[in-house]
Amino acid sequence: MKHLFASKTKIIGLILVFLVLVVMPPFYTSYWVTLLTQTLIYGILAMSLDILIGYTGLSSFGHAGFFGSSAYTVAILSTRYKMGFLICFISGIAVTTVISMIFGLLVAHATGVYFLIITLALGMVLWGLAFRWVGVTRGDNGISGIPRPDLGLPISLKDPLTYYYVILVFFLICLILMAIYVRSPFGHSLKGVRESESRMRILGYHTWLHKYFSYVSAAAFGGVAGSLWAYFDGFISPYNMDLTASIEIILMVILGGPGTLIGPALGAGIIIFLKNFISAYTQRWLLILGSIYILTIFYAPQGLMNLIKDWLKGSEKKTAVEELG
Amino acid sequence: MDVHILHPLAGGIILSEFLLVQTLNGLSFGALLFLLSSGLSLIYGVMKIVNIAHGSYFMLGAYIGLSVMLRTKSFILGAFAGGLVVAIVGMVMERGFLRKFALKALPQMMITMGFALVFRDLALLIWGGDPYTLPCPETLRGSTQIFKIVFPVYRLFIIFVAALVAIALWLFNEKTLVGAKLRATVDDHEMAGGVGLNVTLISGCMFGLGSFLAAFGGVMGGPIFGVYPGLDFELLSLAFVVVIVGGRGSLKGSAVGSILVGLIDNFGKALVPELSYFTLFAPMAIVVAVKPTGLFGRE
Repeated sequence: MKHLFASKTKIIGLILVFLVLVVMPPFYTSYWVTLLTQTLIYGILAMSLDILIGYTGLSSFGHAGFFGSSAYTVAILSTRYKMGFLICFISGIAVTTVISMIFGLLVAHATGVYFLIITLALGMVLWGLAFRWVGVTRGDNGISGIPRPDLGLPISLKDPLTYYYVILVFFLICLILMAIYVRSPFGHSLKGVRESESRMRILGYHTWLHKYFSYVSAAAFGGVAGSLWAYFDGFISPYNMDLTASIEIILMVILGGPGTLIGPALGAGIIIFLKNFISAYTQRWLLILGSIYILTIFYAPQGLMNLIKDWLKGSEKKTAVEELG
Repeated sequence: MDVHILHPLAGGIILSEFLLVQTLNGLSFGALLFLLSSGLSLIYGVMKIVNIAHGSYFMLGAYIGLSVMLRTKSFILGAFAGGLVVAIVGMVMERGFLRKFALKALPQMMITMGFALVFRDLALLIWGGDPYTLPCPETLRGSTQIFKIVFPVYRLFIIFVAALVAIALWLFNEKTLVGAKLRATVDDHEMAGGVGLNVTLISGCMFGLGSFLAAFGGVMGGPIFGVYPGLDFELLSLAFVVVIVGGRGSLKGSAVGSILVGLIDNFGKALVPELSYFTLFAPMAIVVAVKPTGLFGRE
């Protein structure tokens, strides 16, 4: 009976999500469509970080750096060299992947807190490049005027609603790819590394390589989000990739529920909507963000999605954030 | 009165003079980094907390020091007021929030992160977005001549102060009973508690000392680097590089790491200003690749 109830709630939930994301958008104002687009892009980013935090148990504090390096690549190629969508998009992801492959060599041996420290420093190295390498990145001013892509379709992507649906397609593709990824045998061995790296090593798994791939794949998906963002916003600046930005993404994951993939996307939605609503009334967004952080750790350390799951299952199963550290 | 950064190839500047000036600049910046990172490293050593709010202590210290100095006209009063207020803030953070999650690394880090954001916004609310430079104490203004170069007295003073603090910390750590208890807690948290040491008291005091040093460093650096929004995370990441290079929980490591990072950062800024942050990447990468625990760190 309980199970039946749970699956019923699940179906109702899915129908609601379908209505909100697919059927209803034409009736929203463009403000809401813009917020939903932001949510989906940051959803991809938060899900990509979840591969690291939720599935591998490694908390990266420099993830916004990958988002930014991809967005900057798109920005530079499309404004300075007038490259088309496909080249920009692929280059953005490629550059990010290459950077993460280099960084990965340094971070993949690290565990726990040490991983945090190194990724934070590396993230700030990327930020420093964006901020000071004025000749290429225009420094503090950022790069503006990135045109919306021309996909060769009969429709124009300048319209917020059309662009929203394109992003929705990207979001679903990424969601499906990541879901397959974390459910694959490789994804399961990542969870093994999360639970106990030493045991996995004794069982004969090459844990360094697992962590390395996990890091690089998370960065690559983060790169997808970065490219899409550059085209969405038309503007990229160092503030999109500083430590505050990385901290925001982590909160999306922790708040939504690490290790659930869809939870972090939900977390992204909550943070994006809160940020926009609160910014309309007060300038004190960081103060509130900081407070949400502290409250989340005190009252919902396992994240909302896990709370919902527990509630549906009625069990005491916990994947608390404190077990990850 | 600030020494201009001169490119070595600029006309008439002799290379050795350039090197000397930049080395002294680098050392004075390294001195500030030491005040910041020694506390970070101590707190990590004793409590395994990576304190994201540590850069905020540095910034808050400088702001509070500034306000006190403007009212009392006293540099020393400003430095100690900044240090003490922030030390109290730090101890409240530790007692009220972090202790509930003792030895759970991630939740503790999240909380310090939340506080870092709160502090940043509060500082913006109270002191606004304009950059300030703290007034330099009267007696330390002006320059002095070392060999052939002219160098500001205040920068030498900072190096001197940091050296004093380093010696005091070393004596405290190695030669006193409290220092021995502290080292015992760093080595084995549980055993130290088991043999009757008051680990929570030691932890609280260490957090206070660490935040005091960071804030004190903020005031010391104020007359040179000033204080502005964003200073917190900028210095935090440099302090992290120091900890990565020097090794976690090691006082010697944070001293050597600070000097290295201070020098590299300064020469980077002087020679390749556009890539100045990036120049830190190479030494960090080399250390991590050769000795993952840092120069003086233990597993």
